[in-house]
Amino acid sequence: MSAHPIDTIGPDGKPAFYITDGRETVHPGDGTMLGFWIYLMSDCLIFAVLFATYGVVGRNYAAGPSPADLFDLPLVAINTSMLLFSSITYGFAMLEMARNRKAATLFWLGVTGVFGAAFIGLELYEFHHLIHVGAGPQRSAFLSAFFTLVGTHGLHVTFGLVWLVTLMVQVGRGGLTASNRRRLSCLSLFWHFLDVVWIGVFSYVYLMGVLQ
Amino acid sequence: MSAQPHGHAGHHDHGPAGHGHDNHHDDHGHDGAAHGTLKGYVTGFVLAVILTAIPFWLVMGEVFASPRVTAALVMAFAVVQIVVHMIYFLHMNGKSEGGWIMLALIFTLIIVVITIAGSLWVMYHLDTNMMPMAPHDMRNMP
Amino acid sequence: MSPNPDQMSFVFGRLSLDSLPLHEPILVITFIAVALGGLAAMGALTYFRLWGPLWRDWLTTVDHKRIGIMYVILALIMLLRGFSDALMMRAQQAIAFGGAEGYLPPHHYDQIFTAHGVIMIFFFAMPLVTGLMNFVVPLQIGARDVAFPFLNNFSFWMTAAGAAIVMMSLFVGEFAQTGWLAYPPLSGSAYSPGVGVDYYIWALQIAGVGTLLSGVNLVATIVKMRAPGLTMMKLPVFTWTSLCTNVLIVAAFPVLTAVLVLLSLDRYVGTNFFTNDFGGNPMMYVNLIWIWGHPEVYILILPAFGIFSEVVSTFCSKRLFGYTSMVYATVVITILSYIVWLHHFFTMGSGASVNSFFGITTMIISIPTGAKIFNWLFTMYRGRIRFEVPMLWTIGFMITFVIGGMTGVLLAVPPADFQLHNSLFLIAHFHNVIIGGVVFGLLAGITYWFPKAFGFKLDPFWGKVSFWCWLIGFYLAFMPLYVLGLMGVTRRISRFEDPSLQIWFVIAAIGAVLIAVGIGAFLLQIVVSFLRRDKLRDLTGDPWGGRTLEWATSSPPPDYNFAFTPIIHSHDAWWDMKGRGHVRPVSGFHAIHMPKNTGAGVILAGLSVGFAIGMIWYMWWLAVLSFAAIVIYSIAHTFNNDRDFYIPAEEVVATEDRRTRLLSAAE
Repeated sequence: MSAHPIDTIGPDGKPAFYITDGRETVHPGDGTMLGFWIYLMSDCLIFAVLFATYGVVGRNYAAGPSPADLFDLPLVAINTSMLLFSSITYGFAMLEMARNRKAATLFWLGVTGVFGAAFIGLELYEFHHLIHVGAGPQRSAFLSAFFTLVGTHGLHVTFGLVWLVTLMVQVGRGGLTASNRRRLSCLSLFWHFLDVVWIGVFSYVYLMGVLQ
Repeated sequence: MSAQPHGHAGHHDHGPAGHGHDNHHDDHGHDGAAHGTLKGYVTGFVLAVILTAIPFWLVMGEVFASPRVTAALVMAFAVVQIVVHMIYFLHMNGKSEGGWIMLALIFTLIIVVITIAGSLWVMYHLDTNMMPMAPHDMRNMP
Repeated sequence: MSPNPDQMSFVFGRLSLDSLPLHEPILVITFIAVALGGLAAMGALTYFRLWGPLWRDWLTTVDHKRIGIMYVILALIMLLRGFSDALMMRAQQAIAFGGAEGYLPPHHYDQIFTAHGVIMIFFFAMPLVTGLMNFVVPLQIGARDVAFPFLNNFSFWMTAAGAAIVMMSLFVGEFAQTGWLAYPPLSGSAYSPGVGVDYYIWALQIAGVGTLLSGVNLVATIVKMRAPGLTMMKLPVFTWTSLCTNVLIVAAFPVLTAVLVLLSLDRYVGTNFFTNDFGGNPMMYVNLIWIWGHPEVYILILPAFGIFSEVVSTFCSKRLFGYTSMVYATVVITILSYIVWLHHFFTMGSGASVNSFFGITTMIISIPTGAKIFNWLFTMYRGRIRFEVPMLWTIGFMITFVIGGMTGVLLAVPPADFQLHNSLFLIAHFHNVIIGGVVFGLLAGITYWFPKAFGFKLDPFWGKVSFWCWLIGFYLAFMPLYVLGLMGVTRRISRFEDPSLQIWFVIAAIGAVLIAVGIGAFLLQIVVSFLRRDKLRDLTGDPWGGRTLEWATSSPPPDYNFAFTPIIHSHDAWWDMKGRGHVRPVSGFHAIHMPKNTGAGVILAGLSVGFAIGMIWYMWWLAVLSFAAIVIYSIAHTFNNDRDFYIPAEEVVATEDRRTRLLSAAE
């Protein structure tokens, strides 16, 4: 389909009111990236509510443990690095996709998945440890808000992992088709978006929590 | 045949064909923007590592005596790092999808700020004006 | 041998025979009526062999027009349920005076006012708004369908699933007794241990998925799928208000989702967000839910404003006065609607500075709304007004809505609000703007676009009967509530001591009956119009002398909407085309690329209902299985690449030739 513009004046010099040469001005998939971005923006609002809730009740310890008693910053630092690594490896996958190299794309997607799984594993370990020492989500409003905010982010990452594996199968089967590229681009937005949310989490919840 | 916009259509800058999504299928129109470059990703990564490491160091190393100063710095680094991620990883710019991506982002940020700042403001005033919920909460109020 | 109770509770959770309200005669009779009606409908479908067409052409459709129509049907069914609740409340309050207890025990009465609010907002107004937007917007922008046609089908079925869950609560178990926003701690597990609040939560969460996705869909549609030449400042006003509404949906419904998740965690997991103990703060729930709740008000009213704009300019045969100011007013309202939420709880105690800020923003938001009223008035000024039924609704709206708006500004004054908070004055105010604004607008919209959807106009006589019953009924039903509110009567009371109040409640009940007659006349109007459809037929596709693009195609439009994508040169594109002597092309048609129907939406929504039932009744096995099935089915669906097809050129030619013959017959 050539890129010549649509004529607004017909051959007889009168204004043209219809495209009569049978070309379509929109195609399936045109709206996908924008639509997905809008969805992400709505997801942003979910996190905004969870951050606001943490901000409001995050110091209501109910005579229980406070962040300084509980948070293990070296563990959080390792966890953060897992997510950071997964971000750049996803970037590499996208670069390979742009160069149309299927095997390399799949390789970097796999690496991303491993880092993502490591992040989830460390988070589960942290949650298990907290619950084990009696600081579960029921203990105080602070812990309820903490578990919900961090857990919601973790659920998103888990969902991203499921999606990643699905896409790896689809790329493996069908190759880097137009629709698979579109899907990989959507997951790319999702993955990097979760990274941005995590910046908020480690700064606002962990680092500032330990300060007070 | 003329591609000149006719009368009524003439005053806007890019004729009826100018939605930017008219004639190209799929993602060729924003290939470069959507996938970034190796240099971009590496720059973003290095900046992100630095911007993550400094706040962790500030808190774990107890560099400043005042928690307020540290907190302000941590938040400042977080904001800068979010911008870095937006530019180098999410490839935000004013042009993709005809500027709608950026518009959606700005609108969302405004609503996010309203939600978080508004809630904190409203609930802080509530706590100040009304009795705290329970004695043990009062003990734990800062 | 009786089965082991442990096994019973594993299978049925907390569901038992006692959960069926067999001791409440009203519910038993309703159930029998619904069951007989359902059986009759199913029998008719079987007898006329309509199951196949129903499934192929409607339930699985991805056509935005059919989905829009299904939304409207869902909304009208739910209107009947929500309005029966209203009649029951009015009857109870009219008779329960002195020692009389009325006929509704408090347990039942509390469920009714909760269900009334929930159904009217989430399952009547929302689906009706979404349905009209779905039907009209792609036509107004010259598109073949929405941006994500399958998602559209899925959204509809999720909304319908939410409605089904609410309806289920009528006959199995109970509904929430908390009021329509389910404030904790009352809605927490300590004070509402039953299934009512859980029904509420899961109905809203599942319908919310549909609402959110349909918001994303329509925003993407309006941004990406406009016909060539249709720049933003040439969009029809209804499309503009739809855009702003869907932006609000996308940016507000996640807040509702999140706050309901927190409430669910309190109820299911035992967290302490909104409890009275362990540092929880119930006021945070109130704060958060109104951050969603106030934009929601504008989600409902903005499309109505759009409808009135279309109707006024069409029936005055004039371009809308102040198009640009109308657009800017809409955008300003969109943004301002996020900074007024605290006016719903001035009495919470945030103090003078917070209250005055939100009082002032609330007064400011009435300015763009007022500007719109003047735009409509100036459009009518010196216009050649045709008093067709949609125009009657519009004039009824303009008077009623201004009164409601003024009582709203009154409530925006914090000291006045301290007197009027939670009184019947508030009830009168929001019914005044929601009925006088949203409902009148939606009924105008249905009357206006009905010929486009079905190819014949609605019978004007019954339309006028309906209008006058609604209008007079509204004033009779709600003006007394202003009076009662000023006398200090609070909302949600099921019986009263002071007999001097009774007369006002009796008048209100008469008003409600008159509105019921209005609804009956509206339904009768549809039946009468169907019977007289040959006389009311719209052959041209442009029955009102329309101005926007939806009137350029046939009534009802073909599956592909426009055989040739239109090119837009000016505002009121169709008016412009008519004015400049456009000629409809009658040859040279091409095959048209269209999305394929799919049953995935129905199946996923059905599984979601299963999941909700599992969660509500603590049948954990059902919840887990349904959830797993949803995940697996969704993944499998992404592997299906057989999603589109071409309508062959011959079929397009045949369809368009039929229209050519109709048009020449109409001349």
